[in-house]
Amino acid sequence: MNRHLLSAADLDAAGATEVLDTAAELANVTGREVKKLPTLRGRTVVNLFYEDSTRTRISFEAAAKRLSADVINFSAKGSSVAKGESLKDTALTLQAMGADAVVVRHSAAGAPHRLAHWLDGSVLNAGDGTNEHPTQALLDAYTIRSRLGRLSGLTVAVVGDILHSRVAHSNARLLHTLGAKVVLVGPPTLMPVGVGAWPVSFSYDLDAVLPEADVVMMLRVQQERMADSYFPTVREYARHYGLDSRRAARLAEHAIVMAPGPIIRGMEIAPEVADSARSTIVEQVANGVSVRMAVLYLLLGGGRQ
Amino acid sequence: MAFSEAAHSTAKTVLSGADLQRVVDRIAHQILERTQGATGTVLLGIPTRGAPLAHRIADRIHAFERVRVPVGVVDVTLYRDDLRSQAPRALGPTQLPPGGIDGQRVILVDDVLFRGRTARAALDALRDLGRPAAVQLAVLVDRGHRELPIRADYVGKNLPTALAEQVRVSLAETDGTDSVAIVPEPPE
Repeated sequence: MNRHLLSAADLDAAGATEVLDTAAELANVTGREVKKLPTLRGRTVVNLFYEDSTRTRISFEAAAKRLSADVINFSAKGSSVAKGESLKDTALTLQAMGADAVVVRHSAAGAPHRLAHWLDGSVLNAGDGTNEHPTQALLDAYTIRSRLGRLSGLTVAVVGDILHSRVAHSNARLLHTLGAKVVLVGPPTLMPVGVGAWPVSFSYDLDAVLPEADVVMMLRVQQERMADSYFPTVREYARHYGLDSRRAARLAEHAIVMAPGPIIRGMEIAPEVADSARSTIVEQVANGVSVRMAVLYLLLGGGRQ
Repeated sequence: MAFSEAAHSTAKTVLSGADLQRVVDRIAHQILERTQGATGTVLLGIPTRGAPLAHRIADRIHAFERVRVPVGVVDVTLYRDDLRSQAPRALGPTQLPPGGIDGQRVILVDDVLFRGRTARAALDALRDLGRPAAVQLAVLVDRGHRELPIRADYVGKNLPTALAEQVRVSLAETDGTDSVAIVPEPPE
């Protein structure tokens, strides 16, 4: 593995599989009475969060603590950032404090890449704007593999607000690398310009895609990133692109329903589908800790070559 | 692991397949003797080659006295103290027998006892996995050069070696053949 994890494109098939295999072994730790390993003792991991997040930050924190690393949480609210400190100065402060890894979430695409130039330690992208969220893609791939046994040859439909979704971007790259066929589904207004150049196919018609999908990944509509209106009403969106039980019934028997969370029940996914046996939403959270432990181990566990 | 021709030709075989089988038989007998019939005993192999060895010992114990000893594997990679000296290692499986290890006599099984660091890491791993009544160590080969105060309870063969030499254990399960050999120089 490289020194940093900035993009899902940093991983080739062998590297991504190594992460998933490592995560599968580390998942056993979660079931033990003593949920702790001494592997990263004495290492410091800084969670640098410029954007709100509950599950990703807590997930990284749990992962680092289970590997015995020291964790420093830094959120932009109430810090010197609120007084006008730049990303670079914050980075240099963290460097001086001896951070071995910085987990960064930022509203600007590319912020983790900039950070990687200034820091000696590892940088992990925990979401940069609408660009990438590689550990989410890894935990999604892990969840698919553990439910369906494989990734290659599967058809994964990613449905909803593709335009604003870093999860969709990272998943398109990673799942393609691992041999899955990705179909992006959403209204034309929420489909990124130039999507034709991605290694995926796309469709505006959810009902046409559902019967052939092995996996349906429901994305939340990110209203907080929307300055304009991209669809007339929430109800109209839900009617065309929401996964209700009528649509879920058209899925293949083995097909699973995923969502990166947070979910909005009744909009992109109906409550009865979110709570059904097909749904992996809660599993994904648990798998997130194992996958992030694997990434931290592979980035920090060895010596610097 | 690919055998280079040069290394292969200079390797000195110490135990043949038949010798290795006898050594495993003897360890099984010793365990039965010292544990009075191997009740309340669990064998935990340390990957890679400790795992098949543990199964072989359990099979021999069963053949001799019709006792089924639970077998598991414990990977110690995450507990090693030399992780930072090289690139991250791939993890092996950890699988405890269904009954767990609490209150049991755990016998750790490995192929080679060398510096003692793997055994130390295994002791640390056990502490996180449960509380055994006692822990013992069984090894196929003890090659000396200990760096920690650790000794084995069951030793297949004491093998005096020089530090630069390598002991290569091959097992049918992992390498296609059974043998123990000394290789003079670490192969490139």
